[in-house]
Amino acid sequence: MRRFDVQLHGWLLVLPAAVLLAVFTHYPALATLWHSFYSTPRAGRASVWVGLGNYRSMAKDPVFWQVLRNNLWYALGTIPASIGLALLMAVWVNGKLRGRAFLRLAYFTPTVLPMIAVANIWLFFYTPGYGLLEQITVGLLGLPSHNWLGSPDTVLGCLMVVAIWKDAGFFMIFYLAALQSIPPVLAEAAAIEGAGRLYYFRRVVFPLLMPTTLFVLVNAVINSFRLVDHIIVMTKGGPDNASALLLYYIYDVAFKFWDSGYASALTMVLLAILAAAAIMQFAVLEKRTHYQ
Amino acid sequence: MTAQRHPMHAHGVGTALETAGAWLLALLWILPLAYAVWAAFHPPEFATRFTPLAPLTLENFRKAWNAAPFARYFVNTVILVTMILAAQLVLCTLAAYAFARYAFFGREVMFMLVLVQLMVMPDVLIVQNYRTMAQLGLIDTIVAIGLPYMASAFGIFLLRQTFKTVPKELDEAARVEGANGLQVLLKVYVPLARPVYIAYALVSISYHWNNFLWPLIVTNTVGSRTLTVGLQVFSSGDQGIDWSIITAATLMTSAPLLLAFLIFQRQFVQSFMRAGIR
Repeated sequence: MRRFDVQLHGWLLVLPAAVLLAVFTHYPALATLWHSFYSTPRAGRASVWVGLGNYRSMAKDPVFWQVLRNNLWYALGTIPASIGLALLMAVWVNGKLRGRAFLRLAYFTPTVLPMIAVANIWLFFYTPGYGLLEQITVGLLGLPSHNWLGSPDTVLGCLMVVAIWKDAGFFMIFYLAALQSIPPVLAEAAAIEGAGRLYYFRRVVFPLLMPTTLFVLVNAVINSFRLVDHIIVMTKGGPDNASALLLYYIYDVAFKFWDSGYASALTMVLLAILAAAAIMQFAVLEKRTHYQ
Repeated sequence: MTAQRHPMHAHGVGTALETAGAWLLALLWILPLAYAVWAAFHPPEFATRFTPLAPLTLENFRKAWNAAPFARYFVNTVILVTMILAAQLVLCTLAAYAFARYAFFGREVMFMLVLVQLMVMPDVLIVQNYRTMAQLGLIDTIVAIGLPYMASAFGIFLLRQTFKTVPKELDEAARVEGANGLQVLLKVYVPLARPVYIAYALVSISYHWNNFLWPLIVTNTVGSRTLTVGLQVFSSGDQGIDWSIITAATLMTSAPLLLAFLIFQRQFVQSFMRAGIR
């Protein structure tokens, strides 16, 4: 091929995807930054430059700090639990337990169901009075009735359970793939040396799973800031914003109060968090290439 | 094979305990779905009364189907998912081919710019993308739901990795025989990447079938709503709390994916694995 052809063909092949990416990923990210420095246009009042005004209001907005705090707790509560369970599931499904096919099916099923649909089921599950949870806690165990989603103390925990339930089976898959790629020779060697199970896991398997753990970790972080479907269905952020996460708040500000200037500033915070995850991901990718 | 025990496998009492633990977790995991199936297939008075001989019924499904335009939602969702997948397959294949085999000027920078989308997904750019759709006059159309997702960094990345593993000799042999770039792509690369295409297709279909927030924002009439949005409108509407009907509707909307998953379980799991490892 001639050099000119390589240039031309290369660019032509990339162009369609590049245009769409530019319009719906790069441009919106930059435009959001730009709009975060402007006030929201209202009837009779055009949008004006306010500099850091939106960010100053953000710093004084107690709801913003609350959703940020909620989101951090939510991430801290869901990420380790779902990764730990995923690893446990993968070890079980990869082992020689009876009914492995059923186990794998049961663990993975939540992943293929729409979050919005399962959130409805969980809503029913948590319903005070006759939901399944109350039937067990009140009916069987005789505990006092409790409005799980209606109380600020328990609502975020209830949503975390849903997220862990939805994500663990998904992350299990990555661990399963990693476990299956561990050369059997290692297990044989460990068996000959008489290594115990925990020892083998801690010293051989776990280090080999490290790249997978990092990969899953980054995905888990992103998921905890990206997915708010269940909040829209189950609590709408309530009671008193106790279950609102950052993206949910952005949705609320942008599409209920139509305050696009402030919503842009909030989006920039979310983008900054994702960028931090991106830097982590890059470190991971760098590491991963060494294994290829 | 030696008689040695595999160090990762439990044995003796441990096996029994672990099997019990694994099964307990599995039953817990399947419980919400089992609960929904129970409520959907029994009359409302049995929704929370678990008597083994409760009469079975399809009445909840009939009521749900008639209470909202689910047929339309199904059609919209199928159109959306097909449209996105078709566009993704074409766009990602072309771009991945260029990134893998054409040393054009600025390739590395372009590839970095593509990877940005892995973090900054359309899911979080809702405010600005809504504005763009409004400017394009596309609010409340199925195209608007799909557009931001059609160029997929994930797809480009996945296919590029795959194309890079294709032996250069095959490529050169085809070119010697007079095939041009696109013919080589279609005759050599695409057939060899088949399993990756299947993996990507399954991941894409389940993602977009289940996607909710962006479709919710950008649609506002029956004509363009997807199943997930339709389900939310239906269950938060004037249904009161007739859980039997809501669970029936919930199962109905998840049924195609769930059935596909049950039938193609191996492929699904392997696909997600394949999509994840790279």
